[in-house]
Amino acid sequence: MPPPVRRIVLDREPSVVGAPPNGAQSATTTATRPATSTLPGTGTPPGTGTPPGVPASATGERGSGGIPAQTQPSQVQERMRIEGVWLAYGERWVVRDVSLPVRRGEVLGLIGASGSGKTTLLRSLNRLTEITAGAARAGRITLDEQEIGEIEVNSLRRRVSMVFQQPNPFPMSIFENVAYALREEHGERGARRRKRRSREELMPAVVDALRRAGLYDEVAGNLDHPALRLSGGQQQRLCIARALAANPEVLLLDEPCSALDPISTATIEQLIVGLRESVAIVIVTHNLQQAMRVADHVAFMHLGELVEYGHSAQIFDHPREQRTREYVSGAFG
Amino acid sequence: MASTPQTLRPPAGSIRASRGRDSMGSWPLVDRAAYLVCWVVGIGLCLVTAGIVLFMAVKGISYLRPSLLLERPNASPNQATSGGFLDPIEGTLLLSAVGIAIAAPIGVWLAVWMSEYQRPAWLARLVESGVEMIAGAPSVLLAMFGLVLFARPVLGFLSQTSAGGSVTGKSFLTAGAMMSLIALPLVVASTREALMQVPAHVREASYALGKTKATTIRKVLLPSVRPSLTSGVTLGIGRIVGDTAIVVILLGGTPQLEGAGGAPVLSVLRGTGSTLTSYVRLNSPAGEGNAHEKAYAAAFVLLLMVLALNMLVMRFSTTRNMDEPSRWRTLTGSLPWIR
Repeated sequence: MPPPVRRIVLDREPSVVGAPPNGAQSATTTATRPATSTLPGTGTPPGTGTPPGVPASATGERGSGGIPAQTQPSQVQERMRIEGVWLAYGERWVVRDVSLPVRRGEVLGLIGASGSGKTTLLRSLNRLTEITAGAARAGRITLDEQEIGEIEVNSLRRRVSMVFQQPNPFPMSIFENVAYALREEHGERGARRRKRRSREELMPAVVDALRRAGLYDEVAGNLDHPALRLSGGQQQRLCIARALAANPEVLLLDEPCSALDPISTATIEQLIVGLRESVAIVIVTHNLQQAMRVADHVAFMHLGELVEYGHSAQIFDHPREQRTREYVSGAFG
Repeated sequence: MASTPQTLRPPAGSIRASRGRDSMGSWPLVDRAAYLVCWVVGIGLCLVTAGIVLFMAVKGISYLRPSLLLERPNASPNQATSGGFLDPIEGTLLLSAVGIAIAAPIGVWLAVWMSEYQRPAWLARLVESGVEMIAGAPSVLLAMFGLVLFARPVLGFLSQTSAGGSVTGKSFLTAGAMMSLIALPLVVASTREALMQVPAHVREASYALGKTKATTIRKVLLPSVRPSLTSGVTLGIGRIVGDTAIVVILLGGTPQLEGAGGAPVLSVLRGTGSTLTSYVRLNSPAGEGNAHEKAYAAAFVLLLMVLALNMLVMRFSTTRNMDEPSRWRTLTGSLPWIR
């Protein structure tokens, strides 16, 4: 059965509850900064920058429709902070001086044309960029106020989990796919003393992760079936379950629906909106409609620069920058 | 009133049936000649193959007796008392087991290192050309090298030491070690090829769950390439089963399995023996055994073994879900536990 069509997005209010009207809609527009000040590490954190000429009506007073109360996140809390981040592959700086907040209770959408650096930025959040030889980073990325470069990389990745463009369940059973994420690594604290955890021990956590990913009811009877026999949409939800299993603080989604049909896409979008309550979500998407449907804040990137950041409704209805206006209206991209 | 779908037709005379391909009449003469050559060559190859199999089958079946499979061979000029080829069959199985037991783990290790680590780069290139070199080396060359190597007193524990103190260098262990070299390139190539087909995002998905590279290889990559790994191993066994030079030079050429004495299993492994290939060579009209009927029978058994291995390889490499578009699924679709 196809899931019900989600709310009409154009009528919705920004879902940040209790945010000051100005602070919430402030943006770091690197494009307007003088070039000399955009040195690595000197980027102004969002929220402190002066919003240049934002019309007060741009985001605050939207239509009266709003979103149902139960999908309103109860509180918004900053988990990660990207401050003046530059990223390079070799000699080429593909992300230049980007600053963004990642908050629990909301979905941050990264939009932009191909080659705008949004996927690179996303992958830098769990240091997945580092597996590429010659990758470099400047600026600060913090997770709960700790620089991620100082966190042991495998424990960072358990806290900042990721789902990819192509559904990629591992060639094992559905249960084992989720349990794989739960098993400790050798050398991790306590792992050596404890023996390999049993199926009974892991089962509650696996079931919980599958429930959160909205897959449990469909696979409850056949957890031992091979994961690669699921449909594409189910596989992607299994990947989300796997990513949620270790209870991450941040969930990174790299175009999670681009390989899926519209019905599976709708299911996953609904899931994303439901999950933002418990986990901070960053989603990269090429699909502007999708960004409108799921993101609370949207960052528009172009050629490695953050052009505009703001509430989803503001970005799509009242973009401040010319380039944003052109992109969201389909002039390029 | 509209006609029913069954009676709905385009007007007669307007239908052009497609013949599936263009007619050869329009081809240039050179193309037609080349096409003809393709046919001749293809059919010719099939005829040669069928000829070999049929000839060996007719000859083999006519000479094959159950007793041949169960009797041990004797070095006797009289065909009636020279026995069967139980020991060569055992020798073939034992030698394949020893060879692949060495080649499979080393081959998988090499393949994983060459596809996942490749560092330092110069060493990876060196190893790659080394594997290629071994793949191209004639096995008789490997056998000669093995004989020189294993006859050194330090390696005497692998074979037998004669009363005078000289090491023979001939045993199942030494022959198996050299046999592993001819199986190794096949294991490396198939495993490495399959590893390179696993998309990068599958590895990254594992890293993104906080897993180390080692865990990713062990739990995700190796299970994914298991079908290719298995067919590489099977092909390797096929090479070992079919090789003659190493057996003749390094296995001692005694018709029966002759233990070296000592602990039961180790005694056989350090001892000498023969395989089906060396048995066929010895008893063929070219050899000195002069029992060509038994040679045909043994050759037929050998052919059956190799054909069975080839069919196993085809079974492993044929994927069960070719309709699924993604290569990743095709690769993993043939995993044994996915049905």
